[in-house]
Amino acid sequence: MNALVTGLQGIMQTVGRGFLEKIAAFGQGSLFIFSLLLTLPSALLRVDLLLKQIYVAGVQSLPIILMAGLFVGMVLSLQGYNILVEFNAEEAVGSMTALSLLRELGPVVGALLFAGRAGSALTAEIGLMRSTEQISALEMMAVDPLKFVYAPRFLAVVIALPLLVLIFNALGVFGGYLVSVSWLGVDDGAFWSQMSSQVDWSEDVMNGVIKSVAFGLLIAIVALFQGVNAIPSSEGVSNATTRTVVHSSLGILGLDFILTSIMFN
Amino acid sequence: MTENTEALIEIKNLTFSRGSRKIFDDITLSIPKGKITAIMGPSGSGKTTLLKLIAGQLQPDSGVVTVEGLNVHQLSRKKIYQLRRKMGMLFQSGALLTDLNVFDNVAFPLREHTKLPAMMIDALVLMKLQAVGLRGAKNLMPSELSGGMSRRVALARGIALDPEMIFYDEPFVGQDPITKGVLVKLIKTLSDSLDLTSVMVSHDVDEVMQIADYICVISEGKLIAEGPKETLLNESTGYVNQFIKGLPDGPVPFHFPSVPYLDDLGESQKRGGVR
Amino acid sequence: MKKQTRIEIWVGAFVLMSLMALSYLAFQVSNFSGFKDRPTYEVSALFDNIGGLKTRAPLKLSGVVIGRITAIEIDPVSFKARVHMQIDQAFNELPVDSSVSILTSGLLGDQYVGLDPGGDEEVLAQGDEIEMTQSAMVLEELIGQFLVKFSESD
Repeated sequence: MNALVTGLQGIMQTVGRGFLEKIAAFGQGSLFIFSLLLTLPSALLRVDLLLKQIYVAGVQSLPIILMAGLFVGMVLSLQGYNILVEFNAEEAVGSMTALSLLRELGPVVGALLFAGRAGSALTAEIGLMRSTEQISALEMMAVDPLKFVYAPRFLAVVIALPLLVLIFNALGVFGGYLVSVSWLGVDDGAFWSQMSSQVDWSEDVMNGVIKSVAFGLLIAIVALFQGVNAIPSSEGVSNATTRTVVHSSLGILGLDFILTSIMFN
Repeated sequence: MTENTEALIEIKNLTFSRGSRKIFDDITLSIPKGKITAIMGPSGSGKTTLLKLIAGQLQPDSGVVTVEGLNVHQLSRKKIYQLRRKMGMLFQSGALLTDLNVFDNVAFPLREHTKLPAMMIDALVLMKLQAVGLRGAKNLMPSELSGGMSRRVALARGIALDPEMIFYDEPFVGQDPITKGVLVKLIKTLSDSLDLTSVMVSHDVDEVMQIADYICVISEGKLIAEGPKETLLNESTGYVNQFIKGLPDGPVPFHFPSVPYLDDLGESQKRGGVR
Repeated sequence: MKKQTRIEIWVGAFVLMSLMALSYLAFQVSNFSGFKDRPTYEVSALFDNIGGLKTRAPLKLSGVVIGRITAIEIDPVSFKARVHMQIDQAFNELPVDSSVSILTSGLLGDQYVGLDPGGDEEVLAQGDEIEMTQSAMVLEELIGQFLVKFSESD
């Protein structure tokens, strides 16, 4: 009986301590994000650092985004054609492809790929910079890591993702055009006119861009937070990298549902 | 401490703990200006932590650290960054920025903190690299350097802004004898020629004894001994003697604290019997 | 500094690419040039049945888009559907006796409002109501009519 009581006490204690630790970690995380946001304006002035990080996050993600956009568009219109042709409505394949891309697949698939490509690299880089004392060294050289390391990376991620998603969308539409018009023989004029009559600039194109900005913020916060809180060992950094991909992917899908229900309802 | 040298860094009643473990318990010591001071102690005695406390990267539980008369832990963020420009730190790993080459690493503090023209920066960087003997390696990336070379580059970077004090975190650990010799010579010449105040944490007794003027020994969070090198060398008993001579047994016992050996043996036999 | 130049060129190309993508999406894929900033005037019409008509559907004259449906509501007096539409100010000389009908683009396409111009001297203006309307074709009614006619002719 006594053993049961002490056992229960032990469990309660573990749960309680775990909960308190989580709250403390959350508080520290929010403080970090807050002080990071405060340094963003001054980070905008360091164009050299920002450009370099946009290069790392954006330009280096281009190949995967280009390939993925093209193939996603091609597959979408192939599937769409096979369904629509049953109803003799294959002209609608263009608008279907464009709408699915602009509203959902462009921002979501683009952000998922970006989280895997750039978000994980960001976490690993910061984790390694911490474990090799580079962050400490910067502080000792009187260079604020917030301004020099974290803020430019944060901004670069938030800027790069919407641009990548735009490119993804455009290439996806082009892929759809290739498959349906050049390969499956849908009428060229009908393809474009159906599309442009169905796709609305502000409702579809701009909402997609807003989504991608939100996803960019999410990825930047998750990746930086995981990098800064990574245990400075090879195992700790690899775990943090995995967490970045998992957390930001789930976050993207959840946030997408919320944004979609606000935007298209 | 000899009376005619003033203290640059003073530590008073410093207490610091990580979790429930006390790393420093009420330490008081002072570091003389223009000398090489070595802080020695066994592994895990928190020597690196002490350097981070002096530089204001960590906050103590209680106690005061003053550098040039300024209380480090009461300074604003801006002031502490100003103070750090007078400090150089050599990290154990070198801590070079991995995306910059050797030249840019040394140029980094100059470019961040001064508005010198590029030509001037080039000249200064080459001068610092020449001082550590690595002018020929200026185009290499940090990944192409050996551990000893990284430390020398880091040293060049540490003195790029002509600091008044420089901290060495375990400069000799894991180096071959030649590299150790090079580092010993470098630390000594830099200290003499630039009139630097050097603080070195290390447990490499031989190297430290070659160059240090003043030595503090820390163990289990307490300051065990403090004094000029000669005084400590002459100590023939106690912890300091064991540490400096590297004796396996003494005030620090060879065995980890435990119940008497025979009791332990009896216990395990009893357990074996029950099974 | 050569490295920095290379980075700048690449980032420039990247931004340029995304701008090109944006304009492609704006002008080729979507209806960006639409009626966003151009002046419009609003008219309304009462329909017995709007079928599957939705807001934002186009208003067409001889197949050319001249406006959009902005709101659909139930008229509290007649219990019919009142459809509000905005017409581009460029087409401000449509006769008041024009008629509108709800049509379908293709067999399964979306529904839109088609406008047939009348012959009156007077023109439609802000707030006018179009009297002559033709409701959407509902498939069940269509089949019903067909069956009735079929049995009559027997």
